[in-house]
Amino acid sequence: MVSVTVEFLGGLDVIVNKQRIHQVQIDEEGVDMKRLISYIADQMITNKNDVEVFLEDGSVRPGILTLINDTDWELEGGEGYLLEDKDVISFTSTLHGG
Amino acid sequence: MGQISKRRSSVSFDYSAMSFTPPSDPVNRKSEIKVSQLCELCHCRKALLRRPKNLQKVCKLCFFHVFETEIHNTIVSNKLFHRGEKVAVGASGGKDSTVLAYILKLLNERHDYGIEIILLSIDEGIIGYRDDSLATVKRNQVQYNLPLEIVSYRDLYNWTMDEIVACAGVRNSCTYCGVFRRQALDRGAAKLGIAHVVTGHNADDMAETVLMNIFRGDVARLEKSTAIITQSTGSPIKRSKPFKYSYQKEIVLYAHYKKLDYFSTECSYAPEAFRGTARELMKNLEMQRPSCILDIIHSGENLVLKPKRQKKISPSEVMEVRSDGAVSLGRPSKFVDGNTCERCGYLSSNKICKACILLEGLERNRAKMTLDTDTSTGGAARLTRELERLTF
Ligand SMILES: [Zn+2]
Ligand SMILES: [Zn+2]
Repeated sequence: MVSVTVEFLGGLDVIVNKQRIHQVQIDEEGVDMKRLISYIADQMITNKNDVEVFLEDGSVRPGILTLINDTDWELEGGEGYLLEDKDVISFTSTLHGG
Repeated sequence: MGQISKRRSSVSFDYSAMSFTPPSDPVNRKSEIKVSQLCELCHCRKALLRRPKNLQKVCKLCFFHVFETEIHNTIVSNKLFHRGEKVAVGASGGKDSTVLAYILKLLNERHDYGIEIILLSIDEGIIGYRDDSLATVKRNQVQYNLPLEIVSYRDLYNWTMDEIVACAGVRNSCTYCGVFRRQALDRGAAKLGIAHVVTGHNADDMAETVLMNIFRGDVARLEKSTAIITQSTGSPIKRSKPFKYSYQKEIVLYAHYKKLDYFSTECSYAPEAFRGTARELMKNLEMQRPSCILDIIHSGENLVLKPKRQKKISPSEVMEVRSDGAVSLGRPSKFVDGNTCERCGYLSSNKICKACILLEGLERNRAKMTLDTDTSTGGAARLTRELERLTF
């Protein structure tokens, strides 16, 4: 079981009830980012049409910045990163108007 | 056309509009950091990001330093400012202009440019979109302690965007808004006696524009699109883009780490569609090779066609494009184009400027239509927004 904070920033909150900060608990062992992403797509995105705003070909859409404890997830092992309690995961859209 | 009513917002605005929720600070700090995880600049802190332009891994503090310093270098090497200059930041409340206002204020203090910075916002009159983003700009005004001026489409053109959409349809809204906004910033600045407008256009925007102009074979625009300073002859207003070489990803990261308060919702009338395809292409290219954004800008800068006819070369390093399309040689650090509009006196490459042509069409339609202004202002935008939400 793991309990983390998940944030949807840069306008991405529209796909999760317009709420920027979520506390997420997943009752499984060895939850990695790949699992968290599928959990978000299945359990958190209210309107299924919005899934494609978040995902492309099963992974986070280019143009969305993914941070694990403020570190670019590419430097933390990307989808293979194993979540720890109290981790802060943020997804920020970089595409919205400047 | 109505008088421009300047609204100088007072500092004592409604603090209940302070609805900004900053991103959370991480609580999990790794006690052990591998050497391979260290910042490649200071070699003592954990790297948080990989810079897209050179793939360098850097920590937060080094990132702030290099990001700010590169923008300072761009400003200095292109001589963007001079001491005593009044500079208006075209402030939309979005990430780019918010970061721009923050950084210009910071650099102005750090390096003593001696410029006076003013936030200049355009109120297009889009209920539910612009009200929210203007609220963000008003918070920025307080957060950064900068004066704010708001100029509205209603003041300038006697039309709000909501009315324009009700009249001309959603499909054309970006055309209208683009033309009107460009003029609105210049006109607003002129009204305030400011000769320099800086905008938050970043490297991604510029590379995208270069791509679009290459696809369209639009040579004149291609050269103009990579100029860091643009100014039209006879115009008192100079435009510049200090973020010309700044990656969107880094601008967003900077705003994130600095917890800057910006507004991020799609314009009600331009859901994704606007520039969508070129942007998607850029993002996919960037995934393969992050430096491609700067590479494309570099290509754009060097794609200069020979002039059709040899004209007198201007002695300054200003590049001139005349109404017949002839281009004089010179480094494309500045872009100048000819005439002024016969109708409104605003600069235009044609006899009548685009805004006046659009306005004429609108007026003709307004005469035909029986417009119930009250429902159109609220109704059109709201309806579009609802529709957009359904199909986002
Ligand atoms: Zn460092
Ligand atoms: Zn005109």
